[in-house]
Amino acid sequence: MIQIEVNNRPIQANEGETLLTALKREGIKVPTLCHLEGLFPSGACRMCVVEIEGVPGLVPSCAYPVREGMKIRTHSPKAVRSRKTIIELLLANHPDDCLYCVRNGECDLQDLAQELGVRQRRFQGARSSHKMDISSPAIERDPDKCILCGKCVRVCEEVQGVSAIDFIGRGSRTVVGPAFDEGMNVSSCVNCGQCVVVCPTGALREQSGLKRVISAIQNPKKLVVVQHAPAVSVTLGEEFGLKPGADVMGIMAAAFRRLGFDRVFDTSFSADVTIMEEAAEFIRRVQTGGRLPMFTSCSPGWIKFVEQFYPEFRENLSTCKSPQQMMGALIKSAFAEREGVPPEDIFSVSVMPCTAKKFECERPEMTGGDAPDVDAVLTTRELSRVIRMRGLDLKALEPEPNDSPFGERSSAGKLFGVSGGVMEAAIRTAHFMLTGKELDRPKIQELRGLDGIKQVHLEVGGIRMGFAVVSGLGNARRILEEVKAGRNDLHFIEVMTCPGGCIAGGGQPLSANLAAVRARMKALYEIDETSRVRTSHGNPSIVRLYGEFLGEPLGEKSHRLLHTRYHARDVLQ
Amino acid sequence: MSPAVETILEKYRNAKRDQLIPLLQEIQESEGYLSREAVARIGRHLRLPASKIYGVATFYNQFRFQSNGKHHIQVCRGTACHVKGSAKVLDALKRELKIDAGATTRDGLFSLEVVACIGACGLAPVISINGEFHANMTPDATRKLLRAIRREEEKSHAAD
Repeated sequence: MIQIEVNNRPIQANEGETLLTALKREGIKVPTLCHLEGLFPSGACRMCVVEIEGVPGLVPSCAYPVREGMKIRTHSPKAVRSRKTIIELLLANHPDDCLYCVRNGECDLQDLAQELGVRQRRFQGARSSHKMDISSPAIERDPDKCILCGKCVRVCEEVQGVSAIDFIGRGSRTVVGPAFDEGMNVSSCVNCGQCVVVCPTGALREQSGLKRVISAIQNPKKLVVVQHAPAVSVTLGEEFGLKPGADVMGIMAAAFRRLGFDRVFDTSFSADVTIMEEAAEFIRRVQTGGRLPMFTSCSPGWIKFVEQFYPEFRENLSTCKSPQQMMGALIKSAFAEREGVPPEDIFSVSVMPCTAKKFECERPEMTGGDAPDVDAVLTTRELSRVIRMRGLDLKALEPEPNDSPFGERSSAGKLFGVSGGVMEAAIRTAHFMLTGKELDRPKIQELRGLDGIKQVHLEVGGIRMGFAVVSGLGNARRILEEVKAGRNDLHFIEVMTCPGGCIAGGGQPLSANLAAVRARMKALYEIDETSRVRTSHGNPSIVRLYGEFLGEPLGEKSHRLLHTRYHARDVLQ
Repeated sequence: MSPAVETILEKYRNAKRDQLIPLLQEIQESEGYLSREAVARIGRHLRLPASKIYGVATFYNQFRFQSNGKHHIQVCRGTACHVKGSAKVLDALKRELKIDAGATTRDGLFSLEVVACIGACGLAPVISINGEFHANMTPDATRKLLRAIRREEEKSHAAD
């Protein structure tokens, strides 16, 4: 511990940390537009500058290490004036269309202009005019709103190991975009949306599905069905001022009905189906000498990542569709049959913590016949927008249950929302399938938490097996390279595209910091601890679905509806 | 990939990312420009993403991403030419050819490049077409010159 002085008050700091980290811990807010928690500082935006006694000029606190006895002024007139000028310069080249911007009210640039009291356009200059890129089914790019902070570029490269985008050109003509300034749809972008989450302005945003969903709801001929992903109920509340991790499950179901959805289903239910299929597939691979290690296939960003960067591992991917697509297929088959509604009269919506799901539902593999199994995907953010549009007050709604037959879930399915959850759920069910007995302790501590790579070796049904859980595609690359180099102690690997899993997905509320992600994770673990049914095979609705419709895991119907294959993908890498 | 590119890459067998710019230069020298395929190939060779290579290459004016046209036009934007009105000349070229600097017309006849001083300040504003200098250019003279080249091309085309 060392002692420093900030604004004439002593504070404690840890040796080796940056000034910004120390200030943040003490609750002293220094603004920044380019800082990313956990990554090496880039010092690009210069918003976090402070004055240090004895050091000439202003110093970026994000990249300056603390030293014993240093005296700092965070809001000296010089520092504040400098910050204001930076914002004024950024605004000189910014379209003045806040009223029409999707990030109106949620924009770091707007917030800082407000906080620093910018009241006029001080610098007039030529504005940039780039074409918008709406080629991707998941992510829109509007370079005119970009302030070149570089967060998206760094997340894409350093966290995800994808590097789909980079700075193009130089000086005032610089833009951020994919190689050859092509559309995102033909780039190596995996649609994870982590760039959207870190973007301080409206330059990156999801491709919105709201219009199509609203018009389907207004169409009396359509039966509109919605499914909500496991990670949505523990994050939606944040958009309405609730604490991170508050579970609004029942309230959300009530809100869906007020919005006009005819049925409310829970993707955690189809996650249970996924586990039945995936555990059976895993056991079959182990017993028949199939390709190992097997990789989970629920995360569509990860699937595209394998298809384009590691096509040689395609056969390692589980053939199971993701829970979203399993639910989609079940809605337009089993549910349609049961209700006596032709599948083409059903409009199937899913609410996901994810932008890549928008891409996934459009994949040709994900259609039954002509129509897609899932017609539209909304992110958690889009759901909050439509709730506000409709004037619903979440605090005034009474919780309601999901609908039958796909509304009842086990907490194993709910755990899909957090990194490690799929593996925990799969081990619980694989153990039961192999031994006929439940695990003594369903909780597998080694696979929990926010570490990027988690591993455990366990005996399941008399066989000692290695399990790994990876989140963040940069970490996935590491594990894949190890396997490529000959590592053979792993049998089953769960990969989630986003660091921490879906709770930190690219479609989640924007305000997230590590503490919020931790709270969301804790909420899912608590749901598991307190749940009556903690295994997918123990979910009575699952037992009924297999009894009445699917038959057996990996059976003929499952094969047709719930499994698929993936293909090598040629993109400019 | 063309054998010439493979030969160059062979020369850079153990190269790392710090060799990117010389490698790009040599490949452009050989191929005339940096194609999509060349960028992807270089990426595999140096283990660099294409977006990064494109980012580095667009930082410098020297790199092109389309093959040169039959008539490669270089517009001098050095100080003397600037003072004498080269911006207007460049503008006239862009309008007449309907392309931006660094691009090639669809018919492959013309390509346009902006260069810094080409050392002919006495002739300012100057442009060079396939290495031949044209002095004291004005927007009007530029248009006339282009149209003359086009007419020539059409004539020889008709004669074929």
